[in-house]
Amino acid sequence: MCDQTFLAATFGPCDNCSANRPLMNIYLKNEPINYCSLCVELMACQGLAPGETLASLKTESENLKVKLEEERAKLHDVELHQVAEKVEALGQFVMKTRRTLKGHGNKVLCTDWCRDKRRIVSSSQDGKVIVWDAYTTNKEHAVTMPCTWVMACAYAPSGCAIACGGLDNKCSVYPLSLDKNENLAAKKKSVAMHTNYLSACSFTNSDMQILTSSGDGTCALWDVESGQLLQSFHGHTADVLTLDLGPSETSNIFISGGCDKKANVWDMRSGQNIQSFETHDSDINAVKFYPSGDAFASGSDDATCRLFDLRADREVAIYSKESIIFGASSVDFSLSGRLLFAGYNDYTINVWDVLKGTRVAILFGHENRVSTVRVSPDGTAFCSGSWDNTLRIWA
Amino acid sequence: MARDMSDKDILKMELEQLQKEVKTTREPVSKTAKEMCEWVETKSAEDPLIKGVPEDKNPFKEKGGCIIT
Repeated sequence: MCDQTFLAATFGPCDNCSANRPLMNIYLKNEPINYCSLCVELMACQGLAPGETLASLKTESENLKVKLEEERAKLHDVELHQVAEKVEALGQFVMKTRRTLKGHGNKVLCTDWCRDKRRIVSSSQDGKVIVWDAYTTNKEHAVTMPCTWVMACAYAPSGCAIACGGLDNKCSVYPLSLDKNENLAAKKKSVAMHTNYLSACSFTNSDMQILTSSGDGTCALWDVESGQLLQSFHGHTADVLTLDLGPSETSNIFISGGCDKKANVWDMRSGQNIQSFETHDSDINAVKFYPSGDAFASGSDDATCRLFDLRADREVAIYSKESIIFGASSVDFSLSGRLLFAGYNDYTINVWDVLKGTRVAILFGHENRVSTVRVSPDGTAFCSGSWDNTLRIWA
Repeated sequence: MARDMSDKDILKMELEQLQKEVKTTREPVSKTAKEMCEWVETKSAEDPLIKGVPEDKNPFKEKGGCIIT
């Protein structure tokens, strides 16, 4: 509710108590009404049960959080890196840039691989979405979006369509045609509508459904054909920046991370928030499922990446170094889950040993922030996109 | 949507969520960590980024280049 620092512009009879007082002009359900400040206060308290105040709700919330931590701590009998001591150490790591994809006019914000392991779709601040052939570096398709800052893009599982969106608050699907002369923008289909920017989108197992997350704090599942909202997911208290779907075809869960420092696990069918993790100190920029589906990693502005185990319901590893002070913008796992690739705002990509918690390599090459990191579907390479307008393929 | 909610509503939502979460079943880390390590070890053998790909099979190897004889 609005605060009391309010200049009363009108004076007269209150709509509620009829006393002659300075009135506050407020809107209730889009209807303008004039209540005196006393009636406004009374109205604000009506939603609470007797005895409930903001303070009592807060203390109850804090108590539950403490209890939750205690329950989780009971099962924290050993650290992941202790169990991993028996695992063989990794050999010397050599990875270099094999291809540089140039063509975007401005910062690359998001990329996605096609399941054929060679095509990549990327979107940029300049409003362009380009489909590349990573083997030859040729551009196969280019679409100009009506807005700038296209923050999300995704390839359909069939490889026949792409989805993208950003500041236009929508997610649009473009079917890709083999005919080079065809105007892709003509076949555009608007699927999702949010009330704030689109931060991430992903097709589910088929081309028929899309999951989106938005700056309005919600995630939503849409039917592509009809554009209908199938399920919406409420629970974040600030912008949702990232999402990832469960890796197996039968899993019905997905994870999301946002500016409220929380990473939530959701059931796609019921819309319920199953688990929630709040150990990061700042915005969570990226979340990614572990290949086995039992855990997930997150990258955050607090310069750390963390691994959360879903079955143990707690954070089990932190990947950080004192020398790393810039936020991690994007994370992805290698095929086996042994390596975690994380792109940072200090222009580097750090490669972490997931089990032992140590850094295996730093990759230099980009000339500005690394905004997105994606491992190819067969695990032979990974692609990084950056604010230096290029994409690099590393292998 | 969260922006339009009052502080009281946000707190209520968080409270209901926490009440549900306290009841979820959990497994000890020793068990899940061990299973994770075993899973990774079986899959590591097939991971191209760990075991490496021979240059002639790597689709991303650099092409061209001149040989001066």
